[in-house]
Amino acid sequence: MPGTSSPTSVDTEEFGRELDKLRDEVIASLGERDAGYIRRLIAIQRKLELSGRALLFASWVPTAWVAGTAALATAKILENMEIGHNVLHGQWDWMRDPKIHSTTWEWDTASPADQWKHSHNFVHHTWTNVLGKDRDIGYSALRISPEQHWHPIYLAQPFYNALLALFFEYGIAIYDLELERIPSGRKDPKEALAQLRAVAAKIRRQIVKDYVAFPLLAGPAFLPVLLGNMTANLARNVWAHTIIFCGHFPEGAEVFTEDRLEGETRGEWYVRQLLGSCNIDGGRLFHIMSGNLSHQIEHHLFPDLPSNRYAEIAPRVRALCERFGLPYTSGSLARQTGSVWKRVLRMALPGPRRQPSSAVPPERMLKAVA
Amino acid sequence: MINPLWAAGDLCGRVEAVKAETVDAATLVIRPGRGWIAHRPGQWVPIGVDIRGRRHWRTFSLSSAPGRPDGCVTITVKAARGGFVSTYLVRRTEPGTVIRLGRPEGEFVLPEPLPPRLLFVTAGSGITPVMAMLDGLLSSVRAVTGPDVVLVHSAPERDEVIFGGRLRSLAARCAWLRLHERHTRSEGRLRPADLARLCPDWTARAVWVCGPPAMLDEIARHWTGPADRLHVERFRPVPVPMIGGSGGRVRFTGSGREADADGSTPLLVVGEGAGVLMPSGCRMGICYSCVARLRSGRVRDMRTGQVHGDEGDMIQTCVSAAAGPVEIEL
Ligand SMILES: Cc1cc2nc3c(=O)[nH]c(=O)nc-3n(C[C@H](O)[C@H](O)[C@H](O)COP(=O)(O)OP(=O)(O)OC[C@H]3O[C@@H](n4cnc5c(N)ncnc54)[C@H](O)[C@@H]3O)c2cc1C
Ligand code: FES
Repeated sequence: MPGTSSPTSVDTEEFGRELDKLRDEVIASLGERDAGYIRRLIAIQRKLELSGRALLFASWVPTAWVAGTAALATAKILENMEIGHNVLHGQWDWMRDPKIHSTTWEWDTASPADQWKHSHNFVHHTWTNVLGKDRDIGYSALRISPEQHWHPIYLAQPFYNALLALFFEYGIAIYDLELERIPSGRKDPKEALAQLRAVAAKIRRQIVKDYVAFPLLAGPAFLPVLLGNMTANLARNVWAHTIIFCGHFPEGAEVFTEDRLEGETRGEWYVRQLLGSCNIDGGRLFHIMSGNLSHQIEHHLFPDLPSNRYAEIAPRVRALCERFGLPYTSGSLARQTGSVWKRVLRMALPGPRRQPSSAVPPERMLKAVA
Repeated sequence: MINPLWAAGDLCGRVEAVKAETVDAATLVIRPGRGWIAHRPGQWVPIGVDIRGRRHWRTFSLSSAPGRPDGCVTITVKAARGGFVSTYLVRRTEPGTVIRLGRPEGEFVLPEPLPPRLLFVTAGSGITPVMAMLDGLLSSVRAVTGPDVVLVHSAPERDEVIFGGRLRSLAARCAWLRLHERHTRSEGRLRPADLARLCPDWTARAVWVCGPPAMLDEIARHWTGPADRLHVERFRPVPVPMIGGSGGRVRFTGSGREADADGSTPLLVVGEGAGVLMPSGCRMGICYSCVARLRSGRVRDMRTGQVHGDEGDMIQTCVSAAAGPVEIEL
């Protein structure tokens, strides 16, 4: 991590302007190459899913079952992460293709796209890592930072985090309902009920598709197809959980208090996004399979830039961070995952005492302006 | 709700051939995909073209009659000066390109049964819908009983007449068709007086006119026949009579997008620029494909200059500009 110099408020705004410039540059250069990328990827995903399901129909041959399940799991991961997540962010809206547009896309997971867009694009991306605002901090169920009050229930969190990994898609769908806000009156129970119905309908469709329709179509291969689909769904869940937790919860990712938001400038917003996010190192295929959430920093700085551009701008973002003396956290998947789990285990126990970053100014004096 | 564009977005066509008509005009032969509804000669169709990864919609008259043996339809495009889409279509489109098609629409068509005497007055690329009608007549008219058709067509020079060769040979072959070609660079612009000379009974005929705004307006002013016998097709909206409304911030509530709009850019274009899926058709205020609900604010009708709009009004985004901050439910 570069030097001890900390950005002054002036520098912070300069940092923001540099990022704005970078963003404008990318937007001006969007074109056929990018459109070709997403269309090709969708075509590959569709073919993978088809061949996966076809292979599973022949799953009395064990290798066909393994290959089919693997193809289907890969297809589901691509669909949810590099395609669905990013399309729903509006990253491809600039093409004006109604088939690849944030307002029309529905994805292969339990969360209805609409609800997810609200809880993710708006709540999480706007209030990233702000305690009491960003519900993604531990998905409201885990204690992942010392600033969250300890409660004996957290003793069980290593266990239920593992469970959450397995059933991640349902976890997200229920989490989107913001049920914990109902008792305090911050959420209208009627609205929650309507959303619950939408979630239930979506889950029903998903279950019918993977656990009834396709197995029935397979006739004698009913059971292997059902098991293959289930394995693919579980694998996708665990993978998504792993990548997403590595994005904000490893050592190095910071959390903030609400007063940090008061009068927050563009530059400060960028800095908060940067400090709250961690990248994962890897090759091109890994980045695609992670939906380019391995470039979590770039994604949080520019949530609506097409994901195929993150790898290209990453070295420039990193160079900017170095120039402004800001940390740029990145590590291997193994290291980041280890770090996340260490945190989940440590935070299951009470303590340690620490103040959120707004109160530890000398190092990162982003509060200087407020 | 199903987005109207969705259906349009689904309907594709493949460009089979691009044939130069003049130095700056070309005919695109398009094979429509499944779902295409046969058009009536004279109708237009919205065409969506991907240029540098972005989809652009424009309207073009179909220049062929339906029922071609090869199953294709054609549009004939003139590269407008500085025209983004038209230039791309004329100069850079390769056979094999896939384009999007909307639904054929428009009332600039021949009635059933045919009136006995017809007059077409066209200029430049305004010949395109009329070419489709002539094509249609050709296949349906028997020479002896056919109607009496006069075509008065203007173009700068003989070489610049779109479909020049075809029109001349058609006129030579068909007794029912009289062609008057006017080359405006040497003979000057066609005036209503010229029309009366070339076709003395012109106001007694059923008339179809398509060309530059000035010509259309002049003919409409001199028309003395019944209004329902004069058919006018405009390729461009009537010029804005009043300039400069205030403009303002436009919020698209369905998609959560926002953009600043000046007082002379249609909300349709503002929305497209912001990445909102804007339904559209003719893009000039005639088809109502683009209507959207106004949640708040007021808009200026770009054809009349009138500022209007109450909460819940359905407005045509292609001819409405922002008059102050506006919220549209799209
Ligand atoms: C019902 C209908 C039918 C049409 N049929 C045809 C057709 O058969 N063949 C055809 O070539 N065009 C036709 N047009 C016009 C076409 O839709 C486009 O407006 C035209 O091609 C210019 O688009 P552009 O993207 O190239 O220009 P833009 O980039 O949008 O505009 C660039 C410049 O061109 C000017 N311009 C805009 N429209 C026109 C126009 N119609 N003619 C000349 N200059 C213009 C603008 O004022 C601007 O200065 C039709 C339009 C309508 C409404
Ligand atoms: S697009 Fe036809 S009326 Fe607006």
